[in-house]
Amino acid sequence: MSAVRVELPQHLRKLAGIAGHEVVLDMTAPATLGAVLDALEAAYPALRGTIRDYTTQQRRAFLRFFACEEDISLLALDAPLPEVVANGSEPLLIIAGVAGG
Amino acid sequence: MSSIRLLVGTRKGAFVLTSDGKRKNWKIAGPHFAGWELYHLKGSPADPNRLYASQSSGWFGQQIQRSDDGGATWTPVDNKFAYDGTPGTHQWYDGTAHPWEFKRVWHLEPSLTDPDTCFAGVEDAAMFKTTDGGKSWHELPGLRTSATGPAWQPGAGGLCLHTILLDRAHPERIVIAISAAGAFRSDDAGATWKPINKGLYSKYIPNPTAEVGHCVHHIAMNPAKPNTLFMQKHWDVMRSDDAGDQWTKISGNLPTDFGFAIDVHTHQPETVYVVPIKSDSEHFPLDGKLQVFRSKTGGNEWEPLTRGLPQNDCYVNVLRDAMAVDTLEDCGVYFGTTGGQVYASPDGGESWSAITHDLPAVLSVEAQTLP
Repeated sequence: MSAVRVELPQHLRKLAGIAGHEVVLDMTAPATLGAVLDALEAAYPALRGTIRDYTTQQRRAFLRFFACEEDISLLALDAPLPEVVANGSEPLLIIAGVAGG
Repeated sequence: MSSIRLLVGTRKGAFVLTSDGKRKNWKIAGPHFAGWELYHLKGSPADPNRLYASQSSGWFGQQIQRSDDGGATWTPVDNKFAYDGTPGTHQWYDGTAHPWEFKRVWHLEPSLTDPDTCFAGVEDAAMFKTTDGGKSWHELPGLRTSATGPAWQPGAGGLCLHTILLDRAHPERIVIAISAAGAFRSDDAGATWKPINKGLYSKYIPNPTAEVGHCVHHIAMNPAKPNTLFMQKHWDVMRSDDAGDQWTKISGNLPTDFGFAIDVHTHQPETVYVVPIKSDSEHFPLDGKLQVFRSKTGGNEWEPLTRGLPQNDCYVNVLRDAMAVDTLEDCGVYFGTTGGQVYASPDGGESWSAITHDLPAVLSVEAQTLP
């Protein structure tokens, strides 16, 4: 069992009623990107469909995943997250593209 | 004394505007869902405190929010809009086949009798329905899978189902409109549908009188005379007196018959309102003058209503769902603009004043008349 920290964009925190910048997810499954997203949506059902498209399950185009200052957006959903993310030392960052104008 | 509640959807959130029956002094609450696009909000006729809101974002997709206290508090409900079966294709802008892809909910139409039942018109065009207050949505696939579906083509704003009309006198009847497919009617509660576009003439499509392909912008109906429908098309203002079986042009003396919004007086079924827009490439009023035009004769003879509206340097647009009427005796008329103004007329359009000048671009306005 591990505790994975996930940092979310402000709009999603507000939508899901999350106080603070990040959530901590207790993971029983191996900490893969897919498992963390599953756990996140199970804990906060309002986030379903907001990070991954409901139908395709693909990451939404204007969101990216970062960990340890690396873009892991293209990491396979069943690939293990870096150990420091899996053990909660570093957060998984879900970042929304910036918008100007 | 009755009061009025306006539900205003904007590019950056939702606002709830309230006033007593005099409609002079307004309170503005919001923004709700700040930063999100609110394409539409609407209250249940069976329970005015039950509201549904379509909240969407290019980043985070579609949300549906529900309020049970008139908009004071909101709860996200189900946001899964999955097409029934394998969706197939419609036409893309270049005429090639393009798979049906859900993008957003344009319009929410609560049942006339049951607060837990609500219809949703979506892009890419389809009808969805909830019967449990938004906890789940299911498609009424008979529309999308009807014979003409593969030929439907999006307008510049997308292949959107933006208008849903329910008819208390004919509970099984639903009239809808899709840009740029046209108008459709079901007489069996949404199981089957037929195009109702006879009489429409659209010179911008290869066959101007085609069965489908017309860019219908909005349709309005007075509940007391439900067989009479008024349509603002891409160009042309039209009417039908047989629930859409045949349409007749009623643009008459309008200075331009391009526009988006159209509505009907609550107590005078032959009194119609439109906001003429210069052209399909210049989405603002003619000559910088914001004018509502009213016909008291069911069309053809129109008069400009300008008192209280800007008559210089006004270059806003009024979108298709951004006009509404209340049900008070002297019929309030309301509309919102892409410049963030919401105008109110407490006297059927004779005079106007701005409730607010400074909201984000207004996408929709709905009026609730509360006891």
